Amino acid sequence: MNFTDITFILQLTVATATPIALGSYAGLFSERSGVVNIAIEGMMLMAAMMGAFVSGYTQSLFWGVVAGMLSAAMMAAIHAVVSIRFKTDQIISGMVINLLAAGFTGHIYQIYLVPPRWPGSAGTFPELPIPFLKDIPFLGKILFQHQPIVYTMIILTFVIHYVLFYTPWGLRMRAVGEHPEAADTLGINVYFTRYANVIIGGMLAGLAGIWLSLEWVGTFNINMTGGRGYIALAALIFGRWTPFGAFGAALLFGLANAVQVYTQTLVPEIPAEFLQMMPYVLTIIVAAVRRPIPPAAVGQPYEKE
Amino acid sequence: MSTTPVLEARGLTKRFPGVIANDSVDLTLNKGEILAMLGENGAGKTTLMNMLYGLYHPDEGEILVNGKAVKMDSPNDAIAAGIGMVHQHFMLIPVMTVAENIMLGVEETRGVLAKLPMLGRLNRRAAAVRIKELSKQYSLDLDPDDYIKDLPVGIQQRAEIIKALYRNADILILDEPTAVLTPQEADELFAIMHNLTKQGVSIIFITHKLKEVLKVADRIAVLRNGKMVGTALPADATQASLAEMMVGREVILQVDKSEATPGDVVLDVKDLVVKTNRGQIAVENVSFEVRAGEILGIAGVQGNGQSELAEGLTGLRPIESGHIQLSDRDSTHFLPRQVTEMGVAHIPEDREKHGLIMAYSIADNLVLNRYYQPPFAKGPVLNQEVIDQNGRELVAEYDVRTPSIYTTAGSLSGGNKQKVIVAREFSRPVKLLIANQPTRGVDVGSIEFIHNQIISQRDSGVAVLLVSAELDEILSLADRVAVMFDGRIVKTLPIAEATRERVGLLMAGSET
Repeated sequence: MNFTDITFILQLTVATATPIALGSYAGLFSERSGVVNIAIEGMMLMAAMMGAFVSGYTQSLFWGVVAGMLSAAMMAAIHAVVSIRFKTDQIISGMVINLLAAGFTGHIYQIYLVPPRWPGSAGTFPELPIPFLKDIPFLGKILFQHQPIVYTMIILTFVIHYVLFYTPWGLRMRAVGEHPEAADTLGINVYFTRYANVIIGGMLAGLAGIWLSLEWVGTFNINMTGGRGYIALAALIFGRWTPFGAFGAALLFGLANAVQVYTQTLVPEIPAEFLQMMPYVLTIIVAAVRRPIPPAAVGQPYEKE
Repeated sequence: MSTTPVLEARGLTKRFPGVIANDSVDLTLNKGEILAMLGENGAGKTTLMNMLYGLYHPDEGEILVNGKAVKMDSPNDAIAAGIGMVHQHFMLIPVMTVAENIMLGVEETRGVLAKLPMLGRLNRRAAAVRIKELSKQYSLDLDPDDYIKDLPVGIQQRAEIIKALYRNADILILDEPTAVLTPQEADELFAIMHNLTKQGVSIIFITHKLKEVLKVADRIAVLRNGKMVGTALPADATQASLAEMMVGREVILQVDKSEATPGDVVLDVKDLVVKTNRGQIAVENVSFEVRAGEILGIAGVQGNGQSELAEGLTGLRPIESGHIQLSDRDSTHFLPRQVTEMGVAHIPEDREKHGLIMAYSIADNLVLNRYYQPPFAKGPVLNQEVIDQNGRELVAEYDVRTPSIYTTAGSLSGGNKQKVIVAREFSRPVKLLIANQPTRGVDVGSIEFIHNQIISQRDSGVAVLLVSAELDEILSLADRVAVMFDGRIVKTLPIAEATRERVGLLMAGSET
């Protein structure tokens, strides 16, 4: 392994950490406001498919992004209505959304995303190296030579940190996730707060899915999320429901992934499955050693009167 | 002083399926007075207050603030009308600071994004300044930067009061504010209340403690079965007269009991250590003994290890170290069923969680400690006929008010739930009774009944360990008083030496 290899691995780390970080931010909005979200996987998958579908038929990446984010937001809205309005078990609701997304995307894929109907991919987002910054030795290549969703993810980390801990919006969202009755007695609309944050989360999960189909691969494949939505959830827990924590955890998972890609090509003796397993093992160990403390009211429907 | 009441309720009625929680209730609150709202559990006090605070919508009637009718659709309306409420279970978020809790919902922002709704930067400094001003004005000592979870309940309560004042409340509703306080903390609260009324705040003080009412109230309103039965002035009222108004019949407040005649040691606890769920030490090297025919009372403010102690003794929580001797056997690591079979009756602290199965019938709940034994079971099969017969007998004997033995436990009132537990636990020979908060949230009539049951068990030679946060209960029932503070028994006193003041100080940890 030489210097170029290390730079390559770290650049790949940041790129592949992107859907995981975005997915965990999706979970953060939802869970900080008190709604368990295991449906990130399904929302990502739906957005990946819709992004590819709409961008292919319109030959416009822009409309692909819009459609992808909207479709994931709609999935989130379903999860929100079922969890908040109908007070169904949130794990079951999430599970149903994942199954729905898997079936629906697979079905649409077989009809519209394969020849003869398929007009062909609209391509992927171009790499946008940032002038000057990209020339910083070592770091320039790792951080500033990426496609747009990667930058968006990095900027969002700071934005979400600010929103969560420094604004009334964040204060109310955390209050509703910790003690909805207390928020209610202060005149805060618990239901609105939960709906809004779950749906915002859905849009972020959408962006994570779009990364897969429109920034990474350029097309949709059946079940292309491959469990990244669940890893995102693990990153959220690992990162203790904070944006920078989740970002760090996502980088760690990205690193494991990048190392695996690297060893697969250069050291084929190490089985790929072994390295693919590492993030999960890491999550279990960390969860066992550092007991995570979720928002106190997460998973509990709020009942008024 | 103006003659218009600051707050007036006219004919407020609230119906829930099957019950009229409030039946045409009238209420007036004058400026600068402390109005005590007295009533048993289930009398409708909380429903009434929730209507005044906009949490419930009245089916009939109107609410007037300063003579003007106000529509209370949500707490926002109540807050806007100057009404603040301190709930019995604090509405504070433990993982946030005092300042964050107080500014929640009325945040001020600063910075370039301040114009955007809810996305400006929180102005914590301005909030802290305001909180310090209020705490100075009303002598409510409080640090805005402390986390709620690190504060004792007395201070948390101040945060709740400031939270209301921060929203410019001049009408305060305090819902059972002394339930979680030591007698000394309660006295401090009363001083704060007087201080507030002197500065023009009007207070509705909800409680069921007669002593406190006579001590602080300017006027007393009594609610019974959802109806306002009348008002009284403290000068004209006595504890007995108020109790009679509350219950609707004469109540014997004094527990009648003879001198204890302690026999052999039944429960001998040595150097017991028990941990909380989070692994912190809750009970630290506790040693005591309870003899047959005596009541040992464990006094202490909630959360000083009493719950963990009771759970440890009944096998519900693992013992880290130390010994428990039950009569002649080492029961340190006994399972709950082994403890039960040794003749230990347990009235658990949380009757809904640990005392009864809410969805089961009363008859089934009454055999939870014996269902697997004959005559209730024949091998693996239950004998429902015997179980039902047992249920009918116990319901009659213990005066459980229920439409039938098939009614689910969950639909009973608090007092009747507790009677079912008492009936079950006493329905077989008992050597030791562990009663944890046996009368919490129970109506006066049931308290009387349960207290008499405990005394008669004692007189028949049962050893009784009574855990209670109600000091009055301990002082009227116990033969010896052990005071728990911070996981330790700081002192054990014979009842003759256990004065309110002394035990109160011990409970606060300020004397050993």
